[in-house]
Amino acid sequence: MTNEVVIKTDKLTKQYGDFVAANQITLEVYQGEIFGFLGANGAGKTTAMRMLCGLSTPSSGSATIGGFDIYKETEQIKKNIGYMSQKFSLYEDLTVMENIRFFGGIYGVPDKDLKERMRSLIETLGLKSEADKLVGSLPLGWKQKLAFSVAIFHEPKIVFLDEPTGGVDPVTRRQFWDLIYDASDKGITIFVTTHYMDEAEYCNRVTMMVDGYIKALDTPYKLKQQFSADSMDDVFYELARNAKRREDQL
Amino acid sequence: MKQFITFVRKEFYHVFRDQKTLLLLFGMPVAQIILFGFALTNEIKNSKVLICDHARDAATQNILQRFEASPSFNIEKNILNHKGIEQEFKKGKIRLAVIFPANFQNDLNHFNKAQVQLIADASDPNTATTLTNYASSILMDYQKELQEGQAQFMSIKTDVRMIYNPELKGTTNFVPGVIALVLLLVCVLMTSISIVKEKETGTMELLLVSPFNPILVVLSKAVPYFFLSLINLTVILILSTTLMDMPIKGSIFLLYFASSLLILTALSLGLLISNSTDSQQAAMLISLMGMLIPTMMLTGFMFPLENMPLALQYISNLVPSKWYYTITKSVMIKGMGIEAIWKELLVLTVMTLVLLTISIKKFKIRLA
Amino acid sequence: MDVVLKNIVKTYNKGKVKAVSDVSFSVEKGELFGLIGPDGAGKTTIFRILATLLLPDEGTASVNGHDAVNDYKEIRKRIGYMPGKFSLYQDLSVEENLNFFATLFNTSIEENYELIRDIYTQIEPFKTRRAGKLSGGMKQKLALCCALIRSPSLLLLDEPTTGVDTVSRKEFWEMLKGLKEQHITILVSTPYMDEATLCDRIALIQDGEILSINSPRKIINQFPDQLYAVKSQKMSRLLADLRQSSTISSCNSFGEYHHITLHQGNTFEMQKKLINEMEHLGHTQIEIKSIAPTIEDCFIKLMS
Repeated sequence: MTNEVVIKTDKLTKQYGDFVAANQITLEVYQGEIFGFLGANGAGKTTAMRMLCGLSTPSSGSATIGGFDIYKETEQIKKNIGYMSQKFSLYEDLTVMENIRFFGGIYGVPDKDLKERMRSLIETLGLKSEADKLVGSLPLGWKQKLAFSVAIFHEPKIVFLDEPTGGVDPVTRRQFWDLIYDASDKGITIFVTTHYMDEAEYCNRVTMMVDGYIKALDTPYKLKQQFSADSMDDVFYELARNAKRREDQL
Repeated sequence: MKQFITFVRKEFYHVFRDQKTLLLLFGMPVAQIILFGFALTNEIKNSKVLICDHARDAATQNILQRFEASPSFNIEKNILNHKGIEQEFKKGKIRLAVIFPANFQNDLNHFNKAQVQLIADASDPNTATTLTNYASSILMDYQKELQEGQAQFMSIKTDVRMIYNPELKGTTNFVPGVIALVLLLVCVLMTSISIVKEKETGTMELLLVSPFNPILVVLSKAVPYFFLSLINLTVILILSTTLMDMPIKGSIFLLYFASSLLILTALSLGLLISNSTDSQQAAMLISLMGMLIPTMMLTGFMFPLENMPLALQYISNLVPSKWYYTITKSVMIKGMGIEAIWKELLVLTVMTLVLLTISIKKFKIRLA
Repeated sequence: MDVVLKNIVKTYNKGKVKAVSDVSFSVEKGELFGLIGPDGAGKTTIFRILATLLLPDEGTASVNGHDAVNDYKEIRKRIGYMPGKFSLYQDLSVEENLNFFATLFNTSIEENYELIRDIYTQIEPFKTRRAGKLSGGMKQKLALCCALIRSPSLLLLDEPTTGVDTVSRKEFWEMLKGLKEQHITILVSTPYMDEATLCDRIALIQDGEILSINSPRKIINQFPDQLYAVKSQKMSRLLADLRQSSTISSCNSFGEYHHITLHQGNTFEMQKKLINEMEHLGHTQIEIKSIAPTIEDCFIKLMS
């Protein structure tokens, strides 16, 4: 983790009619940081994440992602980020190799590097004997690990992970976090959402969104002190239980 | 029974809340009919008529004056040789030829009957029928006037000949075709999709895990589409009779009865498709490929079946719309009754029963 | 016994994919029984077999003494099933959904209102809203109401808390506690290990096989080794260093701490040795304490 700021937002707001989905989001994320992005259902996490990925234009406020302006340079932003979600990860009807080649291709990994990098990726993941198998036939845990590796295959500055470990067994979940640490050590910034509160502890800093606002932002340790809580689970519960939007918003 | 009603009501909610599909359902037949309506000119004015008057007597003069007075006709030429008539038709300049034989008035006066030949260019079948109808009515008017004050019965026999397309294949024939197409499309496509949708969203699981008879689940799905199809049929019939002067010569009750039968056939087919597929796309693809294309190709309203290879003619017997098409043509255009179409009705009934039996037999009371 | 499974085997794709192999367990009347395991462990397959939606390849399953294959109609009258995916009609309102499912089971909302009252009052303010427009937590509540309205003797809840936030999860388990008081047998599955302790008994399941069946307390007591929690200033490096250490027999990250077990020997000596070792490697603020294992510790242990 360095002191270089890779995500900087200032009062970033997204409004749908009268409804303010994300309200004045101001935060800074550093290079190589593992940044946990938590929130109750309907708190505005997805909206905020979409804006940061350049998929949705903010209603007001400003932000730079990897040094690129969120309004004018969305194409540049997309080239410099990786994205992985629990829902869409990889093409199940393509083989492991075909998936890597495809995603490497669309992110413009040069052909001469592609072969060597594919080989080393397959090796680090220990998928050598599965390289020509369809992704659909792999166990969920492997799929998710592969999906993460593919998301950072083009060496982006930032990778956005939307509940990457949902439903994965406890051992694989930890292996997944090993991959996240490795990426962070390489200087890739990790922006991650999760429903597992123990995973929030693995983050360098955590932010909590409630009703469209950022209600807390600090290291897990300081958050627990602040709310005199034993675990992040309690911190979350303390912050989210009185949320107004939990029950009546999309 | 209360369960069944609740179920049907739920299906109606689904239908009415999916407004895009609803618009498509009702928009499609209207659009098709209007398209056909615009492609036609239903009122014919100043059509060029060729007269071939071998008689040149008072009677023919009188009739010709009437032709001239009609806004529909524009007498182009008088010629006397038949070869000339054909040439004029070929040049495409005239639509209708009226031929009076020699001794026309003589025949009328002495034998009380005379003959007029009408030859029409039926490459545009609708115009051809309309024109011959107009011409016949002019002749009838004249005949009526002669009849007044006469004890003897006078008759002018019109001998109509259609050239180039003697069977009048064309737009009038499209209407029964369009009806068949729309009914099949709505019923097969919509029922199969709506059942498969329940499989996709997982609600089928909940329905199966209930004491409610699964067959009723499926049947209640068919109810809204049955009624929607009847509404569709009515819309098509109103549009085609008002906009396109389609006749409904036979019993309208019979027409609705036959249509209901086709709807049932289609619904059963939709059920069968939904039993064998698990995704909405697959259901849609099968319905379109399996229904739309055979209906267009093998019903007979676009391409005459009798010109097809024998194998295709046999296959066409499996297409429900082929039988329905015969029925509607007989009822709407020819005005025939049940005695003329009972065979076709029987075929549709058997088809429905077979399809329904298979789909109920095949209905899975479990997943996978 | 309300639910009995004996040697259930289920494969898919003509035997190519094994979903469940030789699973046996039974659930007593009024018990809250949890199937705990990750996605793909075979939880949904077991639920579907009990719901009479799938036929097992081998073995027998019964609900209330009715065989899941032959007496499927009897079972369908008695169970309330909530599939893993939200499976209500998104285009019908909350009230319409509930009404529909009540009628489907030949009953009415009024008749069984007592059963759902505590839950339904929470969603009642939104009863005219379409189900598709509800939040995740509310959808779960509605789905539970729809499963309950038929007054079932057995509730099958397949991953009811997946994808909803911590607060909704806590609320959901509160509701299950309330239902237990009404003597409804509940079989629930979850991938969240921390929810296991809320059940009377649990089965830990992985790759179609049951790792252990017992009460959560007993499973925890069966954990063979003394467990320690360790932390230092630099946690990710500590993890790597601990794994290299000869004193350690297992090491897993658990949020704020890493959980470790030590090789046999004098535990006090071992701890001291470990701290020295880590200090030597440059770790500061090292903290080590003995702790009771969690279900997740047990699960990891059983998986290895």
